[in-house]
Amino acid sequence: MKYLAFAAGVLSASAVFAETPELTVYTYDSFVSEWGPGPVIEKAFEETCGCDLKLVGAGDGAALLARVRLEGARSQADVVLGLDTNLTAAAKATGLFAPHSVSADFDLPLDWSDETFVPYDWGYFAFVHNAGLDAPDSFRALADSDLGIVIQDPRSSTPGLGLLMWVKTAYGDDAADIWAGLADNIVTVTKGWSEAYGLFLEGEADMVLSYTTSPAYHVIAEGDDGKAAAMFEEGHYLQIEVAGRLAASDQPELADAFLRFMVSDAFQAAIPTTNWMYPAVTPEGGLPDGFAGLARPAKALLVAPERAAQVRDAALAEWLDALSR
Amino acid sequence: MARRAQPLGAAPGLGAAAFVAALILGALAAVALRAEAGRGLGPSDWAAVRFTLVQAALSAGFSVALAVPVARALARRRFSGRRALIALMGAPFILPVIVAVLGLLAVFGRTGWVSTALGWAGLPPLQIYGLHGVVLAHVFFNLPLATRLILQGWQEIPAERFRLAAHLGAGPGAMRRLLEYPMLMRVAPGALAVVFAICLTSFAVALTLGGGPRATTIELAIYQAFRFDFDLGRAALLSCIQIALTGLAALAALRAARTEGAGGGLDRALRRWDAQGRAAKLLDAGVIALAAVFLILPLAAIVSAGAPALVALPASVWRAALFSGGVAVVSTCLLLALALPMAAAVAAGRRAGVELAGLLGLAASPLVIGTGLFIVLYPLADPFALALPVTALVNALMALPFALRILVPRAVQVVDRYGRLGLALDMAGWPFVRRVLLARMRPQIGFAAGLAAALSMGDLGVIALFADAEQATLPLQIYRLMGAYRMQAASGAALLLLLLSVAAFWILDRGGRGHAEI
Repeated sequence: MKYLAFAAGVLSASAVFAETPELTVYTYDSFVSEWGPGPVIEKAFEETCGCDLKLVGAGDGAALLARVRLEGARSQADVVLGLDTNLTAAAKATGLFAPHSVSADFDLPLDWSDETFVPYDWGYFAFVHNAGLDAPDSFRALADSDLGIVIQDPRSSTPGLGLLMWVKTAYGDDAADIWAGLADNIVTVTKGWSEAYGLFLEGEADMVLSYTTSPAYHVIAEGDDGKAAAMFEEGHYLQIEVAGRLAASDQPELADAFLRFMVSDAFQAAIPTTNWMYPAVTPEGGLPDGFAGLARPAKALLVAPERAAQVRDAALAEWLDALSR
Repeated sequence: MARRAQPLGAAPGLGAAAFVAALILGALAAVALRAEAGRGLGPSDWAAVRFTLVQAALSAGFSVALAVPVARALARRRFSGRRALIALMGAPFILPVIVAVLGLLAVFGRTGWVSTALGWAGLPPLQIYGLHGVVLAHVFFNLPLATRLILQGWQEIPAERFRLAAHLGAGPGAMRRLLEYPMLMRVAPGALAVVFAICLTSFAVALTLGGGPRATTIELAIYQAFRFDFDLGRAALLSCIQIALTGLAALAALRAARTEGAGGGLDRALRRWDAQGRAAKLLDAGVIALAAVFLILPLAAIVSAGAPALVALPASVWRAALFSGGVAVVSTCLLLALALPMAAAVAAGRRAGVELAGLLGLAASPLVIGTGLFIVLYPLADPFALALPVTALVNALMALPFALRILVPRAVQVVDRYGRLGLALDMAGWPFVRRVLLARMRPQIGFAAGLAAALSMGDLGVIALFADAEQATLPLQIYRLMGAYRMQAASGAALLLLLLSVAAFWILDRGGRGHAEI
């Protein structure tokens, strides 16, 4: 009898366990870190979903897509969060993603209509400098100045790729000339954002490629208003970060619920001060104070996702050519 | 030449070598087989191969050439703080790349200490970015390692030889020709090959200090193939080129290195009658001071940047430190389990194959190995659950070439000197290993274990490919802090890592030395 009772206990325990479904979300590493949005969002979603949200970090956006492609349809992931518009076309072409059912009133600088991917935050790339610097107002002015900049390599870094697309969109066929002009301003090229920003803070360069929202971190977290982003008259390139549901997910309803939660206030309000980007849907309480004072570019630039790969390859060849001389 | 009877068998070592080779080549094959049709190698890839070769050859050449006088000075002199200096020399080697680069730039950068001093003298600031910057950084990383390897060569010349040479009236010149040059011919090629192999897979250092895409290395081309084009075939192909280049370098080194050692001695304290002159003393003091300043200044910059944040580190950093410690312990045990039988196999006469297998861990791209292991593991188990064990294993493989360079010369020497005695006493196999080989190799085992522990502690490694929120190691946590703008806290965590690594190195290295003098 004892054994039977034990077996019944085990069975009912595992039944209870099975009633808590698990939703696995692959994202980039800085999202899941203690200082990123991950912990706040996990707590808020688990309060409402009756599920266990498992956030898994895998490098950055491009590494994330590579991971999903490696795992293919067998992937344990239900949702992939952290791709941007440079990657969405390639992601769609894998056939691994399913359409979403989210509708929201997005506050993006341009219209968003994509059946597969839902945006959750966005930002403008910009050169960040110390307040008091007579910052240039265009790439040409920067090229003519003797200011030193640190940028990231487009082959290994998302902001680095953003700059490549920025120059190409703003200047088209003249992009190669712009890079030739910038060559003597580039102090060095780093593997990723952290290295570049670290070098800038150490004083190795006058400006660093980052986001217009970077100064908000220094204001809000450090009470330091000594950083600013230079506004360029050509306009600024956008990064729109998105999430999508995998077609092979065994929790399709839960995945949809997560995507809907993603554009709700509970998620969006956490974005500005953890991911240091603009929320895709402005939450009820508006933006935090440090964001109000940020400069906003007059013009937003973005290559259509389906053309991104083609533009990217041409722009990379020009970049390599101009800077390898 | 027929193989002489040996007191120990080569089978366990050959098994370990086969395991290492199977693991790394298997991971590489997994990536290659998973590949869809790619575009093969283009001119930019060949440019990357050329740049990689040039910088690795220059870095290895300068590191070893500069290490020879430093090692000689350290071998000839005894002074207080010598042991601390030697232990501290392990430090640059084990730092996460980004931390070491920031430390170097605090000294040699545009607004660094040297440039500031030049500014007072009315001179323009240093221009560090370029090929010379890459070589400078690689020398900073590898000079200490090369010095230790060569210093060990000096220490393996029995004191009796110097005594005998002095007795026969050999001056400094004759001493060099009779004792020191043959030793260097034996030790230096191996050191060159190891440093060359490390520099071959360099990526972030080469790019950051190289100043732009001119400084594209093979590893960066692999990165591009993997994440930019998702061209796994090209990634695997490039990694094969890395392995082939390392293999060629290693074969050349083995061929150049003469194997016969200097024979055994009575472990008497060393006296150098040829280096008593004032000029020799001044020269040695100058060389040691220069090397110490070059290595310690960037470390001092890291300490001064991190000290304020060290007291207020977040709890997750301490937890990460704990994980890193655990990984280091497991990784060190794995390393010794692989390296000791392999060293014994080399001593038993199976040289080339075992040494080549040992170098594979360093020669293959970490990104490709990590990806390959992921592809292999994925159908079998949850890679995330295995993140820490896999990291420990890969870290052990990366440390294997260094461990072999440390262990092999001594093992050869011990078997050479005591092998026949052991056979004559019918003491072959395990009793010989335990009573003679391990006992006489204690300092080398301690050094290898210390290096492996410290290296494992500081390596970002494959954890970055597998990590979830909870299982971060300390280097990964440093990158996360930097990614979240928390540069102050990151430098605190970097200092913690430096302290832990040096402590692990010191304890193991010191424990191995026992009463012996190094």
